[in-house]
Parts: sequence; C-alpha cells; structure tokens
Amino acid sequence: MLLAASTAAVGVALLPLVYLAVRTGEAGWSRIADEVFTSRVAVLAGRSLALAAVVTTACVVVGVGVAFLLVRTDLPGRGAFGVIAALPLAVPTYVAGFAWVSTVDGFEGFWPAALVLTLCSYPYVLLPVTAALAGADPAQEEVARSLGRGPWRTFTSVTLHQVRPAVTAGGLLVALYVLSDFGAVSIVRLDTFTRAIFTAFNLGFDRTGALVLSNVLVVITALLIAGELATRARGARYARSGGPGRPPTRLRLRAARWPAVLALCGVAVLALGVPAASLARWLAVGVSRPGPWSEVAAAAGNSLLVSLAGAALTMLLALPVGLLTARAPGPLATLLDRLTYATHALPGVVIGLSLVFFGINVAYSLYQTVWLLALAYAALFLPLAVGAVAGAAVQSPPSLEEAARSLGRGPFTVLRTVTLPLTLPGIGAGAALVFLTCVKELPATLLLRPTGMDTLATELWTHTSAAAYAAAAPYAALLVAVAAVPTWLLATRTGLAT
Amino acid sequence: MNLRRAVSGCLAVAVVVGLSACGGAEKAANVAGDKKITVYSGRSETLVKPLLEKFQRQSGITVQVRYGTSAQMAAQLAEEGGRSPADVFFSQDAGALGAVAKGGNLAALPAEVLSKVPEVYRSRSELWVGVTGRSRVLVYNTDLVPAAELPKSVFELTGPAWKGKIGVAPTNGSFQAFVTALRVQHGDAKAKELLTQLKANEPETRDGNVQIVADVNAGKLAAGLVNHYYVYEVAKEQGTTPDKLKAQLHFFPDGDVGALVNVAGVGVLKRSATDPDTRAFVDYLLGTEGQTYFAEQTFEYPLVAGVSAPAGLPALGTLPAPRIDLNDLDTLDATIALIKAVGLA
Repeated sequence: MLLAASTAAVGVALLPLVYLAVRTGEAGWSRIADEVFTSRVAVLAGRSLALAAVVTTACVVVGVGVAFLLVRTDLPGRGAFGVIAALPLAVPTYVAGFAWVSTVDGFEGFWPAALVLTLCSYPYVLLPVTAALAGADPAQEEVARSLGRGPWRTFTSVTLHQVRPAVTAGGLLVALYVLSDFGAVSIVRLDTFTRAIFTAFNLGFDRTGALVLSNVLVVITALLIAGELATRARGARYARSGGPGRPPTRLRLRAARWPAVLALCGVAVLALGVPAASLARWLAVGVSRPGPWSEVAAAAGNSLLVSLAGAALTMLLALPVGLLTARAPGPLATLLDRLTYATHALPGVVIGLSLVFFGINVAYSLYQTVWLLALAYAALFLPLAVGAVAGAAVQSPPSLEEAARSLGRGPFTVLRTVTLPLTLPGIGAGAALVFLTCVKELPATLLLRPTGMDTLATELWTHTSAAAYAAAAPYAALLVAVAAVPTWLLATRTGLAT
Repeated sequence: MNLRRAVSGCLAVAVVVGLSACGGAEKAANVAGDKKITVYSGRSETLVKPLLEKFQRQSGITVQVRYGTSAQMAAQLAEEGGRSPADVFFSQDAGALGAVAKGGNLAALPAEVLSKVPEVYRSRSELWVGVTGRSRVLVYNTDLVPAAELPKSVFELTGPAWKGKIGVAPTNGSFQAFVTALRVQHGDAKAKELLTQLKANEPETRDGNVQIVADVNAGKLAAGLVNHYYVYEVAKEQGTTPDKLKAQLHFFPDGDVGALVNVAGVGVLKRSATDPDTRAFVDYLLGTEGQTYFAEQTFEYPLVAGVSAPAGLPALGTLPAPRIDLNDLDTLDATIALIKAVGLA
C-alpha cells in the first residue's frame, strides 16, 4: 500500500525524465555525440563540479560551525542569531548575486560565484545539523570525555560522527542546488553547465541541444547520489539509546565568545546586509516605481497561492516515500528515496518545458493552471520534503503504531491517529522548506503559470530585465519577507531559536 | 500542539485555495470573435503592457498575456504545437518569429496587413510582420572614447586600440542577427575572420544589451555593440534624458553591417487565422496609435508610414543601414555554429 503510493509519487517526480528521454531519442545518436562529447562540455562539467565541491565544503564548514556555536556553546544572543543565521535561505541567489555585482566592482568569475552560492545555501546544512546536534545523545560525548579525550578530540571523533548523516544529507542538497543554479552564475558571468543549457535555449532557440545537454546533469546527479549512499553505508546509525532526551551540555566560550559573535555578525552582514543595502540603493537611485499597491499585493497573493499549492502537493507526494524509508527500510525504499533526487539538479527551465509537454499531450485540462505549476514544484523539490518526513518518522517509535494495530485499529486509522500526528512536525518543517523554495523559483514559474498571473519572482524578473531596478526593489524585498516567514518557522522548529 | 494545528490549518487552506484557483483559472477557448485573445509576448511587460491595456479598453477585447523571453516563448510554442492556447506571438526579434514559422505553427497574414510595412521588414512567406525597427549601434562612453576615434566600420573593432574595451552579448538574439547579416553581406569566411579577431581582442561578454549600456554609462566599459533604444531605458531609470548620459550612440556609417536594422514583430497562430479579435490586435499595433506609442515610449522606429521617428534619432529612411533582407537572416543554425566555433559563447 505504502509501496504503491510511494512508487506513484516517485513516478510523478520522474515525469521530466520521460520527456528528456523522448526528446533525446528524437535527436539521434550522432546529434547527441556532437553535443555531448566536446571539450567545451568537459570543461563546463568540470567547472560545475568544482564549484559544487567548493560551495559544498564551504557550506559544511559554515553550517556546522554556526550550528555548533548556536547549540553547543554559551554564545550570547543565541536566539536572535538562530533566526538571523537561517534567514539567508529566504534570499534568492539572483537577488544576492545582483546585490554583490552592484556593490563590488569587477565581481565576477569562479570565487565570487562560490561566495554568493555559499551565503545563500549554507542553511541547507545548518538546519539539519542543528536538529541533529540538539537531538544527539550527550551521554556518548560524556563517555568519551570520561575516558580521557579532550574537548576537541571529543568533538571530532564523537560529535561530528553523530551528525554525519545530517551533514551529508545537507551537503548533497547544496551540491545538487549548485549544479542547477542559474541565477547567481549568470549574474557573476561564470560559464557553468547549467548556463550552457540556458545559452543553448537562447542561441537559436535550440531546444534539442539544451535537452541533450541536460542528460549530462542527470548522470552527474546519479553519481553524486551513489557517492552519498556509499558514505552512508559505511556509517552506522547514531540514534538516541532510549529514555527521555536531555539538553546537551554547552561549551563555555569565555574569551572566545567575542570572536565567535563577530564571526556570526560577519556571516549575517555578507548574507543579509549586502542584499538589503543594495535594495535600498536601487530604490534611492532609480526613478521607476512599481505599479499601484494593488498590483504588488496581487503578485504577493499569487506567490502565496502557487507556493502553498506547490508545498501541499509536494508534501502529499513526499508522505508515502518518507514513511516508507522510515518504516520499511530496505533496498527498494532507498532506491525510491534516491530517485526523488534524480530531477533535483535539472534547471527549472527543463522541468518547465517537460511539464508543458506533459500538459499539452496528457493533461490538457491542467495546462496553464496552478496545479501543473505545483506539479513542477513537486518534481523540483520532492527530496527536500521526503527528507523532512523521513527524519520525523524515524524519530517516532514504531511500537506505538504496532500497539494501535494490535488493539484492533485498521491501517488507515493508525495512519490518521498515530503516524500522522507523530510526524506532523516533520511534515510542517518540510512544507515550510518547500514553500520558501517555491516562492523563489523563477524559470519553471515563467513557463507554467496561468496566463496573466504575475508572482513576486516574475515581477522582479520583469522589472530587472528592463533596467527598472527601483521598481524591482519592493518586489525583491517582499519576496524575501514572504520567504522569511517559513524560514523563521523552520529555525524555531529545529531549535535554532526559541 | 499549536504548531500542529497551525500546520494542518495551513495545509487545509492550501488545498482549498488551490482548488478554487484551479476552477477559476480558465484557458482561452479557441473561439473566433469571442472578444478574447491570448498573446505570448517575448517583449518585456514594462515596455508593452500600457499599450495592450489601452487596446483592451478601446476595443473591448480582453487581452491575456504571457510574458517571457522570446527564446522561451519560441520553445514553449514549439512544444505546444497545434494545441497552443496562444493566438498571437509578439516577439522581440525576427529570429524567434522565424523559428516558430519554421515549426509550421504560424498562419499566413492577409495582404492588407502585410502591405502596411515596407517589404524588407516582413516575412517573405507572409508568416510574420515587423511592428517596430531597431538599429544596431556602437554605444560608447564620451569620457573614454573621443568622437574623432569612433570607428567607421565594425571591422575596426578588431584593432589593438579596442583590446578588452568592447562589450558584446553573443547569447542575445540581436547580436546573432548581426552575425547572420555579417555572413549574408560578407560571406562565411570573412564573418569567421572578423569574429575570430574580435574574440582575440578580448571582448567583455554580457547576457544582454541593457547590462552593456549600463556598464558603458558607468565607465566600466569603453563601448559596446547593442540596439539603439537601451540608452533610453537606462536614462529613464536615472530620471534623465539620453543626451545627458555618458553613454552615447554611434551609427556605423555608409551601410556598414554594424548598423543593421532589425525588427520586433508579430505572427498569428494557425488556429486564429480568421479570428477578427486577433486581426484587430495586429491592426492596432500597426495603426497610428500603436506606432506612436512605440516611437514615444519605447524609442523604437515605427515601421508604418506617417509616424515620425523618436525624438533625437535620425529618421529610419535616413539611417545608413546596410541593404540586407531580414528574410535572409533565417540561417540561424549556421550563425550559432559560427559563434560557438570561435568561442564567443
């Protein structure tokens, strides 16, 4: 039952791959070879992978470091820093990229791209690691300390091992996100693989060439996922050994507290201060103005609507997959779980076109409705939701469900009265994450939105492409504000802020 | 507990709101004369929305518009094929119109529509018609480039004086049209030579024209190859007029290919070939009011006789444009191959 539902959900998420296969098949082998086996593709793929590696490493360092400071030390102002540290998740990379380019002269190339992407995506590591650090069993560290290990060695040998699954899961999301990102790299003018796909679309409207290239991203994704699976297989689970949890012991920072505060402030200034200052400057320098407030409000309402629909559908599809991986782990569950990642590194424009194809040929009544757009969001962001559901389900003891079944409740009643309430916080966290990612999404939204519907992201795009930066600024600010609400929810839920 | 209730409340709202949206969003039905049309616009919303709203008010025809880039719209139309909900494609350049026309989705336009526009600015196979013209120019920073040193031909930009100083947008449709024109006028070998030398001269690459003009105006670039009207957009945002900008326009003289005049135009989808509403829209764009709007608000060249050019620009007829038939610009594949081969994109 769960298996059937999971398979169906994964099938939906894999629709874009069907489309890719159809169009790639049409291209023919010689065309594929011409497009794929060139030195340019090799260079771009290498550069994209290098960027993914650098950004992922930086995100792990920043994410784990910040999480440790917030959860395991007596840092002053932890509550405020907790929210601030998670907020960069609400800033779209195209806004951050634009802010940096207009602030720093000659801001272009590999390292600037890495900086912007790191600042926007380290919360993908921060959030799960915070949750893991807060939930980890302090007894294991205490044992290590009592056996004579110093604080640093305890941290590296015990604490880091405890949070390793969270680090690799977050790192994988960052790596895949970097591969699919177009906003930041196009603004700092770094030629990456995804940019080559966009260029192929723009160069002579070459759909086939662009789609053929997209297959390379799918292959790279498959390799990354296999890599993550391999590291996971070697690591054992470090679950709490039973009994009620207690808060972890906090490290006294003493003299190190001010450098630590400074470091957190530095991250906040780079990730939030620069974009905020830049938006203020757009508004001050330009004379263009956004439409009447009713238009701005309508765009905000539409953003809410499509993102809520996207989050709802994504959670609906994620629920069976997440429960399956948590309740019936095994090769099949792992396979289904990992398949949800297959389309995660594809650029939004490819997902968008694939659902145009699907809508026109299969589901015409859904075409250019909110639901097809929601489906695109689900295909793009399903792994974010599955991870949250599975994480919550793993932590709730299956014995409760078994007890309910043994007392005569049917499987559906158990799902409704026991499993769902237990996993609800996880579902909420997943929904918040998917929602805020949907708010920021642009390329698929442009292709699939109902005709005439503007969202904050599309309005921002409209105005910046016509150089009307002052008109764009309120949309950018509102977009960040709308995305900040679920971010704040997430921060509170993971124990970043109380 | 509170959080749980909040989350389930949110989900319930999402489902209800989503469902109502699903019912509320209607696709334009393919009915002729239903006082409703759907336009796929590769042209920016900020530039054309006021005009489309004016048309809607005057004609009583509801205009539903999808905005995107011309390339994206062309890809979407190609994917939609015969089932496209679109009636009209309003494209930023002739290349995207040509691509959609080649896909076989555009209907032949009636002679009365075509004849409003000079022959060079419309499709030879009658599938699209130009609405406005734009000239390729060299935009230059008056502090960095003395007027006496302005090049007489785009070929001069390969010289050492311009090394590292020129901005180009090779992924942009209008640059590609320029390259195609170069191939048409001078042959593939000469075109390749120019692009190779240009590439060797280390040009600065940008995604679009507007970034080039902004950088030239800010003194980050000395000059760039762009369309003429972007100086007006940059000036508008700064609350000034184009003559006050550091970025000024230079039209390559004597029919040099660097001064190619290209069009933005429309094509009508096959299913709407006889739809009077669609026809009314096309007529409006080519009428005095539509043409005047483009001349005054977006600073493009009107193509219909009797409407004068934007203030401060030479008249379209007096432009030193090269004699190139836009219909010959449909060999985009070869242009793309060339741009890729020399390593510009």
